[in-house]
Amino acid sequence: MIKPLIQHPTVQRIAAPLGLGLIFLLFWQLSFQQLEVPIYVVPKPSDIVIAMINQSSVLFGSLWVTLKITLLAFVCAVIIGTLVAFVFVQSRVVEACFMPYAILFQVTPIVAIAPLVIIWIQNTTLALVVCAMLVAVFPILTNTTLGLRSVNKGLLNLFQINKASRWQILMRLRVPNALPYFFGGLRISCGLALIGAVVSEFVAGAGGTSAGLAYQILQAGFQLDLPLMFAALFLITCTGLGLFVLMSLLSQFFLNKWHESEQV
Amino acid sequence: MNSALPMDTPIHESSSFVTPMIMARGVEKTYPNGTNALQRLDLNIARGEIVSLLGPSGCGKSTLLKMFADLEHPSAGLVRWNGKADIQSQCKMAMVFQEATLMPWSNIEDNVRLPLDLQHISKSVSTPKVMAALAAVGLEKFSKAYPRELSGGMQMRASLARALVTEPDLLLMDEPFGALDEFTRHKLDSDIRQLWSERDLTVVFVTHSIYEAVYLSSRVIVMGARPGRVVADLEIEGPYLRDEAFRSSDIFIQQCSHLSQLLAEASGGHHHD
Repeated sequence: MIKPLIQHPTVQRIAAPLGLGLIFLLFWQLSFQQLEVPIYVVPKPSDIVIAMINQSSVLFGSLWVTLKITLLAFVCAVIIGTLVAFVFVQSRVVEACFMPYAILFQVTPIVAIAPLVIIWIQNTTLALVVCAMLVAVFPILTNTTLGLRSVNKGLLNLFQINKASRWQILMRLRVPNALPYFFGGLRISCGLALIGAVVSEFVAGAGGTSAGLAYQILQAGFQLDLPLMFAALFLITCTGLGLFVLMSLLSQFFLNKWHESEQV
Repeated sequence: MNSALPMDTPIHESSSFVTPMIMARGVEKTYPNGTNALQRLDLNIARGEIVSLLGPSGCGKSTLLKMFADLEHPSAGLVRWNGKADIQSQCKMAMVFQEATLMPWSNIEDNVRLPLDLQHISKSVSTPKVMAALAAVGLEKFSKAYPRELSGGMQMRASLARALVTEPDLLLMDEPFGALDEFTRHKLDSDIRQLWSERDLTVVFVTHSIYEAVYLSSRVIVMGARPGRVVADLEIEGPYLRDEAFRSSDIFIQQCSHLSQLLAEASGGHHHD
């Protein structure tokens, strides 16, 4: 007897949600065409595709600007977050001194800090990178600190019995132990970098050559150009999704041999 | 006294004339919260002995073992290795923990290699030693496997191989087989006894199993709880080379029930025979 196609795991995981999405798009297209909903209220999928093709140079230029800020902020967040985590695990006192201030940055909404950062830093790109970085750094910092700290007590004893140096304990025990936590942080943080970038673009409202996708959404809003708005939104979503998938693949590549989270 | 010992344990007898491998004098452990884990304890362990520390949980046997490993320090009293305060100059010590404590990110070979790696011994020198240690515990075919791919018993064997790879003269084991099923445990107990008989090895083995203590040891130290103290110190009678038949022998059962009685008295419980 042939197994029904729907019970196949690949079909269930990929084809089924895709199919649902297609049915939804088809329903959207046909019903809104039938009801003749005006384009400035809700555009049809076909309108959005047309807007994306017609204004591709503007949209993809903006995508590149937003992507650049997101990636720069993300890379900075990874470097700074990891380095600070390394400093934190060296001494409880240092962590106790600085952690409250790190939390202070985390709990203050970025929209509230962004105007200040934009005043202080003349270069718009740099200002936006700093804002996005402030949002993205926290999960990496806390996760990596936790990972570096939570080593198996027995393994630590074993290293001590074998007269391991502080450096050996860090590199051979704490760092590998922190990897799953670090990758968990990356997955959260890449999305936050994008959110930070878009939010601070809204605040900065910079146009011209440094116009990101947020600016296109603002502009489209002023002109009631909803297809353009949807197109920009679609690109932002795709960027976030792409980053997340990339981080998941990275995590899988480094952990699949040994960590439970990546076992199939 | 010495002439009264059974003829088949000549090498591993304890002698009062030789400096003991481990000597504890007036050792106490009091934790900051006031818990008295160990109360004035005196103990000698001679070179070549295989000794079990037997007692209920909370009797401080693991704490005592950690002191023998120089991982914990007594609140009062002292521990000496070959009469000296510095363990590192006096013996090559290896320890096996309650869990296998393998590094999940490294394969078995690299896990076993770790103690040598930490001493910056080159791979060309360490590899034959790693292979020999794996062969000694019957894991030579699994050198490339990751810990999660092995059963609990095999992980414990890998942990044992990691302890043997440094060719220690003092092996400290902290309830190593507590989490394993009985068959695996019996097999590993036999292996430990075998390894000990083949090498110049002093073994201190913490357990709460009477049967394991009697099967393994040349000497059992019974400890009581609250506060932790030595209740009895017994030589175990039995053949030098032991096998499963020993487990059902009269002398084995006799000694087990004697120990069980001692333990019951120590913990203040009522023992029915």
